[in-house]
Amino acid sequence: MSAPAVLAPPGTHHVSSQVTGHGAGGPAPKRIIVGYGFWIFLLSDVIMFSSFFAAYAVLFKNTAGGPVAQQLFDLRNTAIETACLLASTFTCAMAGLAVGERNQKWTQIALLATGLLGVAFISLELREFASLVARGAGPTRSAFLSSFFTLVGCHGAHVTVGLLWLGTMMAQFYAKGFTQNIRHRFLCFSLFWHALDIIWVAIFSLVYLVGTLPQELLP
Amino acid sequence: MFGKLTWQAIPFDQPIPLAAGALVVFGLCAVLVWVAVKGYIPYLWREWITSVDHKRIGIMYCLLASVMLLRGFSDALMMRSQQALAFHAAGYLPPDHYDQIFSAHGMIMIFFVAMPFVIGLMNFVIPLQLGVRDVAFPTLNAVSFWLTAAGALLVNASLIIGEFARTGWLPYPPLSELAYSPGVGVDYYLWALQISGVGTLMAGINMVTTILKMRAPGMNYMRMPMFCWTSLASSLLIVAAFPILTATLAMLLLDRYVGFHFFTNEAGGNAMMFMNLIWAWGHPEVYILVLPAFGVFSEVVSTFSGKPLFGYRSMVMATMAICILSFSVWLHHFFTMGAGADVNGFFGIASMLIAIPTGVKIYNWLFTMYGGRVRFTSPMLWAVGFMVTFVIGGMTGVLLAVPPADFVLHNSLFLVAHFHNVIIGGVLFGAFAGYSYWFPKAFGFTLDERLGKGAFWCWFLGFYVAFVPLYIVGLEGMTRRMQHYDRPEWYPWLLVAGVGALIILCGIALQIAQLTVSIRSRERRREPTGDPWDGRSLEWATASPPPVFNFAALPIVAEEDSYWKLKQRAREQRRLVTPEPHYEHIEMPRNSPVGFITAFFAVITGFCLIWHIWWLVVLGLVCAYITFVVFAWRDESEFEIPAEEVAQIDRANREARAEYLRGLSP
Repeated sequence: MSAPAVLAPPGTHHVSSQVTGHGAGGPAPKRIIVGYGFWIFLLSDVIMFSSFFAAYAVLFKNTAGGPVAQQLFDLRNTAIETACLLASTFTCAMAGLAVGERNQKWTQIALLATGLLGVAFISLELREFASLVARGAGPTRSAFLSSFFTLVGCHGAHVTVGLLWLGTMMAQFYAKGFTQNIRHRFLCFSLFWHALDIIWVAIFSLVYLVGTLPQELLP
Repeated sequence: MFGKLTWQAIPFDQPIPLAAGALVVFGLCAVLVWVAVKGYIPYLWREWITSVDHKRIGIMYCLLASVMLLRGFSDALMMRSQQALAFHAAGYLPPDHYDQIFSAHGMIMIFFVAMPFVIGLMNFVIPLQLGVRDVAFPTLNAVSFWLTAAGALLVNASLIIGEFARTGWLPYPPLSELAYSPGVGVDYYLWALQISGVGTLMAGINMVTTILKMRAPGMNYMRMPMFCWTSLASSLLIVAAFPILTATLAMLLLDRYVGFHFFTNEAGGNAMMFMNLIWAWGHPEVYILVLPAFGVFSEVVSTFSGKPLFGYRSMVMATMAICILSFSVWLHHFFTMGAGADVNGFFGIASMLIAIPTGVKIYNWLFTMYGGRVRFTSPMLWAVGFMVTFVIGGMTGVLLAVPPADFVLHNSLFLVAHFHNVIIGGVLFGAFAGYSYWFPKAFGFTLDERLGKGAFWCWFLGFYVAFVPLYIVGLEGMTRRMQHYDRPEWYPWLLVAGVGALIILCGIALQIAQLTVSIRSRERRREPTGDPWDGRSLEWATASPPPVFNFAALPIVAEEDSYWKLKQRAREQRRLVTPEPHYEHIEMPRNSPVGFITAFFAVITGFCLIWHIWWLVVLGLVCAYITFVVFAWRDESEFEIPAEEVAQIDRANREARAEYLRGLSP
């Protein structure tokens, strides 16, 4: 065993003037840490979606003699879904402003509108899924349809979880007001909701728009 | 009511799993009864189970890994003894059981030994090295740990209730599809990993946020200890790779549970997509494991050579280069897929490129030792043993990266020897080096060095005796996972390999003896200053075990190796060179049972998903949601440690250090 070497923790000399680098001024404030951590989580979520996108791309032509994308996708329905989701992002941002103003009434109204638009989105998606299944184009029909239902369904599942979260947020704002913890959580929620929007834009473009291109334009 | 679960699930007709299962259940019950009789339950609940202290959680991670190492190693002993007996014979393990053993061995060793061990070390060390009080999200940290433990529990439940996968440590389809694996084995595998995978992802996010956003004042990137850098790289890889695993396993689950066709033979499924996806996670995974080990070796080599790490900047570059390159080599796991010469060539060259930054690291460690006054303590022995072993493993790896050679060696025991060479020689030796290096920091007393060195030599020699023969039989054409064989030229080598496993067993026995002896003589081994190895980074600047708040005042980092340089000045002047800080009260996060409760419901939900007990699945999920809401409703998330208490703890440590300094000869 070596001789113990000893010294007190370098405690209290002044912050040197050469402090450089990010975060070098000591730990960041809690709001930054919470938001940053949640961003990292969202990035990981995006990577999970990218795996489902990759699977969809690989299996796109594996229709096993079943229906192909052009026969199935209804752009009108999808356009309404997109409109609902984009509008809900707007109302979510309004809720953010109301939280900043500590305005309970408008926070609740904006969040309620966000939730209702989300419910509308999910209902339209479920209707689409049900009609596909009814037409014999369910997820078990072919690898293409499996990957389609998984990719879009995974987004739908995220929106559903988001709605649950949103309901809890509304209850918390109502019961506890605008405490620091709850505002941090709302920051995370709004990041989550916006991220789902970005993923939906990718789904709308890569799945629905590309899927309904004429056959000769497809890669 | 109970889905597929009936009395038939318990293997009354198979003595080996039944006896092993009974032993585990008996052991578990014995421990629980002992704890209850001794009245330790309130203590365990208060101080450990509900703890959100990163040090406690880190220790629990390492404990989980150690227990699971015993489980995984007993699987290894069974495989080695089966192959030693099964020459022109059936051996004692029927194929059905043997297949479960090699699957469980690999899966447990990677996910429930190597992963928790490195995450445990990261958890314990990172905030201390960064000079801060905790990780970014302490409660989430507890959730991560308990979800990992939940996964481990499910894997072990498969020993007694039902069966485990027979598919190998990665459940390749179509074998793992419902058509060919109709039992619950693959489901155990999948749900255990989905649950623990969430925990791992959360741990990765926590570490990235901690390292990037929470550092002591003045600790800029280029002043971070090497272990922080490698942990950052490893955590970034967790964040980038584990979602791919989650998605891939989810696809297989959909295939199995609701008849989707991702990887099936029919309806357009594509089994090779599974290989691509799983290895797009799997190859980064090996760097997730080995990079923190590289960090441990960097700390150990520099401490015990009494020199700053040679080529610190090149080490950082090499670490980040490995971090990025690790995503561009996954296809070398299946060159035989037939992707064509160009694709194989690309991935072969990319794989060989990784040897360059790794070589940089090896030379840096060697040059750190060169000219230093090297102390061959047990952590240092692990580090030197690693350097020798890992270079051999790396070279066989470069050999396997040559596609034509790989076509010959694919799925042979040569490959098995290669990856054990790098994982035992790299990750496990790193974990053991870290364990013996930081144990005195965690518990305030040192481990017995004589037994520790004995354990090292048994592991080191045992590894070579066990795996060099596998290289040889691999070159002689023996494929992996054989339950019996009739080639006389393999037989003697497999006997030797069996002996090697027994030597490793002696190493494990010595490690257990070391721990027992050291705990029993702990009063004699107390180390009051908190710096038993003459360390260089900030974790050695506080007491051992560190107080719950780690540092009475956040250390200020004025230069590289700042603690070491201050210590040198203190030694010269034979007194503390830092004045007593102005003590203030410290706010720390409150304990929370939310991790344990979440894991409890995760186990119930996972188990019921495996056995198709749907009503209980729903109930479990609802309860988990309620847990979160109750947690979210709490008002007081922190408690306050009064300044007097902080002062008292810190003054005791300062006094111990001052006394040591006074005792130095002028």
